[in-house]
Amino acid sequence: MPKRTDIQSVLVIGSGPIVIGQAAEFDYSGTQACRVLKAEGLRVVLVNSNPATIMTDPEIADATYVEPITPEFVEKIIAKERPDALLPTLGGQTALNTAISLFESGALERHGVELIGADVEAIRKGEDRQLFKEVVAAVNARIGHGESARSVICHTMDDVLAGVEGLGGFPVVVRPSFTMGGAGSGFAHDEEDLRRIAGQGLALSPTTEVLLEESILGWKEYELELMRDKHDNVVVVCSIENFDPMGVHTGDSITVAPAMTLTDREYQVLRDIGIEVIREVGVDTGGCNIQFAVDPEDGRVVVIEMNPRVSRSSALASKATGFPIAKIAAKLAIGYTLDEIPNDITEKTPASFEPSLDYVVVKVPRFAFEKFPGADPTLTTTMKSVGEAMAFGRNFTEAFNKALRSLEQKGSQFDFSRTTRGADECEALLRAAAVPTDGRVHTVMRAIRAGATQEQVFAATRIDPWFIDQLFLVNEVATEVADAERLEPELLRHAKRHGFSDAQIAEMRGLREDVVREVRHALDIRPVYKTVDTCAAEFAARTPYFYSSYEEETEVSPREKPAVIILGSGPNRIGQGIEFDYSCVHASFALSEAGYETVMVNCNPETVSTDYDTSDRLYFEPLTLEDVLEIVHAETLAGPVAGVVVQLGGQTPLGLAQALKDNGVPIVGTPPEAIHAAEDRGAFGRVLAEAGLPAPKYGTAFSYPEARDIAAGIGYPVMVRPSYVLGGRGMQIVYDEEALAAYLEQHAGLVADHPVLVDRFLDDAIEIDVDALYDGEELYLGGVMEHIEEAGIHSGDSACALPPMTLGGHDIKRLRASTEAIARGVGVRGLINIQFAMAGDILYVLEANPRASRTVPFTSKATAVPLAKAAARISLGATVAELRAEGMLPATGDGGTLPLDAPISVKEAVMPWSRFRDTHGRGVDTVLGPEMRSTGEVMGIDAVFGTAYAKSQAAAYGALPTKGRAFVSVANRDKRAMIFPARTLREHGFELLATSGTAEVLRRNGVEVTSVRKHNEGEGPNGEPTIVQLIHAGQVDLIVNTPYGTGGRLDGYDIRTAAVSRGVPCLTTVQALSAAVQGIDALARDEVGVRSLQEHAQHLNAARAQS
Amino acid sequence: MTSVPASPATLVLEDGRTFAGRSYGAVGQTLGEAVFSTGMTGYQETLTDPSYHRQVVVMTAPHIGNTGVNDEDPESRRIWVAGYVVRDPARRHSNWRASRGLGEELAAQGVVGISGVDTRALTRHLRERGAMRVGIFSGDALADHAVLLERVRSAPQMAGADLAAEVSTTEPYTVPAIGEKKYTVAAIDLGIKGMTPQRMAERGIEVHVLPATTTPEQIYALDPDGVFFSNGPGDPATADHPVALMRGVLERSTPLFGICFGNQILGRALGFGTFKLKYGHRGINQPVKDRATGKVEVTAHNHGFAVDAPLNRVSDTPYGRAEVSHVCLNDDVVEGLRLLDRPAFSVQYHPEAAAGPHDAAYLFDRFVSLMEDQRA
Repeated sequence: MPKRTDIQSVLVIGSGPIVIGQAAEFDYSGTQACRVLKAEGLRVVLVNSNPATIMTDPEIADATYVEPITPEFVEKIIAKERPDALLPTLGGQTALNTAISLFESGALERHGVELIGADVEAIRKGEDRQLFKEVVAAVNARIGHGESARSVICHTMDDVLAGVEGLGGFPVVVRPSFTMGGAGSGFAHDEEDLRRIAGQGLALSPTTEVLLEESILGWKEYELELMRDKHDNVVVVCSIENFDPMGVHTGDSITVAPAMTLTDREYQVLRDIGIEVIREVGVDTGGCNIQFAVDPEDGRVVVIEMNPRVSRSSALASKATGFPIAKIAAKLAIGYTLDEIPNDITEKTPASFEPSLDYVVVKVPRFAFEKFPGADPTLTTTMKSVGEAMAFGRNFTEAFNKALRSLEQKGSQFDFSRTTRGADECEALLRAAAVPTDGRVHTVMRAIRAGATQEQVFAATRIDPWFIDQLFLVNEVATEVADAERLEPELLRHAKRHGFSDAQIAEMRGLREDVVREVRHALDIRPVYKTVDTCAAEFAARTPYFYSSYEEETEVSPREKPAVIILGSGPNRIGQGIEFDYSCVHASFALSEAGYETVMVNCNPETVSTDYDTSDRLYFEPLTLEDVLEIVHAETLAGPVAGVVVQLGGQTPLGLAQALKDNGVPIVGTPPEAIHAAEDRGAFGRVLAEAGLPAPKYGTAFSYPEARDIAAGIGYPVMVRPSYVLGGRGMQIVYDEEALAAYLEQHAGLVADHPVLVDRFLDDAIEIDVDALYDGEELYLGGVMEHIEEAGIHSGDSACALPPMTLGGHDIKRLRASTEAIARGVGVRGLINIQFAMAGDILYVLEANPRASRTVPFTSKATAVPLAKAAARISLGATVAELRAEGMLPATGDGGTLPLDAPISVKEAVMPWSRFRDTHGRGVDTVLGPEMRSTGEVMGIDAVFGTAYAKSQAAAYGALPTKGRAFVSVANRDKRAMIFPARTLREHGFELLATSGTAEVLRRNGVEVTSVRKHNEGEGPNGEPTIVQLIHAGQVDLIVNTPYGTGGRLDGYDIRTAAVSRGVPCLTTVQALSAAVQGIDALARDEVGVRSLQEHAQHLNAARAQS
Repeated sequence: MTSVPASPATLVLEDGRTFAGRSYGAVGQTLGEAVFSTGMTGYQETLTDPSYHRQVVVMTAPHIGNTGVNDEDPESRRIWVAGYVVRDPARRHSNWRASRGLGEELAAQGVVGISGVDTRALTRHLRERGAMRVGIFSGDALADHAVLLERVRSAPQMAGADLAAEVSTTEPYTVPAIGEKKYTVAAIDLGIKGMTPQRMAERGIEVHVLPATTTPEQIYALDPDGVFFSNGPGDPATADHPVALMRGVLERSTPLFGICFGNQILGRALGFGTFKLKYGHRGINQPVKDRATGKVEVTAHNHGFAVDAPLNRVSDTPYGRAEVSHVCLNDDVVEGLRLLDRPAFSVQYHPEAAAGPHDAAYLFDRFVSLMEDQRA
């Protein structure tokens, strides 16, 4: 039965900003879905507030709304677009929850919109723990397999305490209902734990509900990805086994596909249960993910949960198997059956089959605990990783070692250079390994090297003995390599077959990496490339989706057209996320159109770039020099190679540029020398000096006395940081000598190896970001963004507006001239991003990055110009003039000359505060600073700034309140600037609360305000609550709290963490307060409408044509 | 090197292509037909499936032996494969039911294997060139390539091989019904897998498993409600005795069910031809459509031959009208036959699974319905 004819238009809901637990994988799935629906002739309406997504590219949908994903805004879109159907299963929990809200409010019925993909009942059965337990019980009654962990539902703390008794005592698992990525869940080992975790869980759950469950810690954990069509055909796309046993969120676990340690009988039991569960839940058309725990002692199977939608694991499963789950889910939703959909990879066989893998896939998580110093690094059932890398190999060890090096973190590969021996060390290591943490597998490996037995490792970790043996195998190979008299060819090949990198072998042999590589090449020990083909070679594959292995036969076929190899950005991390994938994907599209064969290299399964449809060829490989050189070699044998693009994937490929060039690989676009000129402070200083551009004074110190002298010369405040860092790691603003001394003390370890940079900190400066294209002759100013927060907050964490709100034509002229001078001086061919600070009337240059920046997708969407595509073309020789003539760039003008009535776009950063707790269960501080900590971003776009800002806030954190209680407490230096916006809030009818100092200033200025007690004052004699108590009691609707400096446990800490746990908007700068007031103004007038990007672009282009 | 297992071994295909590896299981020499299986689980069932008799099985899944060997999962009394080709055998197994390792089991049963082979390259070769004869050599059996190739080329071909009698039970035995006994079925063992009588017994059937050489008289002495023809190895074109036996059953309109080889025999009994597939279907992920319901089931396959019957029309046969009931969606191969005028049907694949999905278990219910209808 072919597609339904009663659906002409579909609304797809995306997942919004990247947050922990809901990341780029939903861009991948949403993009696939939109493309499929559009190809089927349907009108696709999309809403997603995240500009850094491919799905929000104007070509992907017919009407793209970059608007907040809230029921209110989505209903406005529905009212305007009148879609026939709503597809909510591809935008993660956000989309599902929004769809449920729209259903419950009657909005769907009012507008005649049908929910497709999964109906409300199915969503509820999948998501509601009690209903799901009934599902599992029904399945058990039918097939005699599968059960739920024994559990009890609780709505109050009394329920919770009673519940534990009923389950037979501690430990118990606490899981709040309806939260994303397991937020708020955890293990309680005693009553104190329980009160903390369950208390927070009850608060987090929208239904004030938590589930207490018997502990199945240490069991084996599995996932199945299933798809079902309307004819009740069901297939299991992939099985995934967690290397880390139960107790660690699957997003934080090392996972392996296919399952490695199940017999067929056991696997078929899981499959049978999975199929019956998807039927019982009633997912009629689409995919779902089911998680199982298996008792290693007797095979007892507990069904943990199911997601009645495309999930993170679905993205992983799609990449691991070549079976495009999201694409097929979209087709099923509009009426196709599995057997009517062809398998893209074979083209000849249908999608109604189950992929067979002849390789092993390993995914490893990437964490960012170093960004949240107080946070508890123990891994629990709450997901904490910020990204992941995946790798293929022909065996587990090969895949695992490749995955580890794909993480691109220092220490992510096994370190065989040091060995601690001795029973005490071994004992200590085993004890450490018993607690799951980031890097536990390294601890296990050290324990093995210290002499632990397989049994001891199992007793400590409960990792399956088969996996433990594989770790022993890795160690044995390492030992052989280290101990061999000579590195014989057979031994070298053996090590490569187990995934050892040249760098690891070099370290063990006391050689240089390039020497190992030379030897290896001389011996002709090189990887071959195998195809991910869904069918274990049973049928010929048409899709060149490759991974490397040290095997006999390669499958890379020759080609005629010149190839461009695009290096992606690797695992998502704070500071390098989906924005870079966006640029890589755009480059691939643009270069393919320009007649090149595009070759993508990346190892991040969450991305669009690693979709086999995106580029002509995909290499799912680590982004290390070794791996990239081998790919270049393989592609050079296959046909002409025009060059390698390193500019678009962020710091990862940029860091490889020079070494690639040194190895004779042609780099297109900005040459490595130019990259050096921008990144090296000395070289960059010369560029600035030649152009006559000022930079803030700075100095380099190797000791405290040196730093003190430099700081005295520059004048406080100063910004200090270790010299080698990225993403503002370890960066701090210090306001006096004492703080400087404390900083150096705290970072003594870093300073020993690397000098400290001391920069003048421009207090009260306006920070400005510029994205521009340069072809050697002409500059195209892509966009100028004015930060809403003042300088000193990492650009990735600060909100910004485009076009800039307070800069005049003269300022833009200066920015343009400076940008051009830097681009020319550095030698850029493609994109450059420059950060400026305007202090007084001086325009300082803070830094320049000769690559696509984090803001490229935002700038592109705000100005309706595809900057990354243009950059890719310029890299390969096109000029700005040619691209203007082609129509890729506007015929005249640029991002600095936007018409006056151009829409205003506001970018806001989204922070992961609520994910992190310290070891006492308290939240981590939420103060913004020079170190980037946001995981994602949203965009608000509207005709006026206030509304755009309000939208950005609604999209990031929930709508700004238009009435209620606002609490204001600011640092002394902010007090003057706070008076006017506070007065406006009062005029809007807000009741103002303030602590004594702030209240005094407001009263003196004639603003009515109620004084409240500070947290450290404690409750008053008559039970007057403190501000923190008021926030926890839900009595406060808006919080303005600016910090006094950074570091330590400050007064505002408890206020801000309370704000996070209650979800109250919390503004930490006066500038944000001013913007929020404008937003509240707009909201109060109820003038907030919705408009698609296509409409904005049409409007903008019409205005451009007139000017 | 401690982490490199065992002694060198060589795999030689009849077209001369050679793969080097390490010995796995028994050391020595084995010859057979090279086929590949794409199942990711169920190696124990695969090894003990009599249909693999005289075949050297290449596992496309790289890690084999992870769950060791237990005493519950074998499908017959012994390992039948002629040789075993894997990439990465487990050094240590892990499963609560396992009693020993696969490597030792292969060695104990004298099965010569090879590991460390680029099994994907080998699979692609077989896919492109078709199943062919192969030899695995290790230890004293190693010799010059030309010598080994000559040994491979002198091995018997699979086409024309009559092997059912070699794997069949020699003595009849009974698998009692589980719970209340409702039916009696005579199951002709042409290489039957243990799970097949089990699936029938679960449905209240007492199964009398009979040797391949059984006569009609022996069958009807049991007064069966139904007769079953099992899977098995070899070329169906040689299976004259089972074909004749089945014709006798068809003539008497006893409810009849066939699996795999049994399907080919039904094909021949009805007058259709059989032919050898280029490289066969071996795996547990094959999509088969039940044309009666339009539903797709994911099924376990192990067949190198297939029935040549018209897909899109009803055929007239000596036993009335017949149609193709099931078809493989990958390549339109006939996967099931059904008589419209008599109670007989068969499938080319394995509803008993073991290894594989249970999607097609409903076929045993269909067999029960046939017997029920016949009684009524």
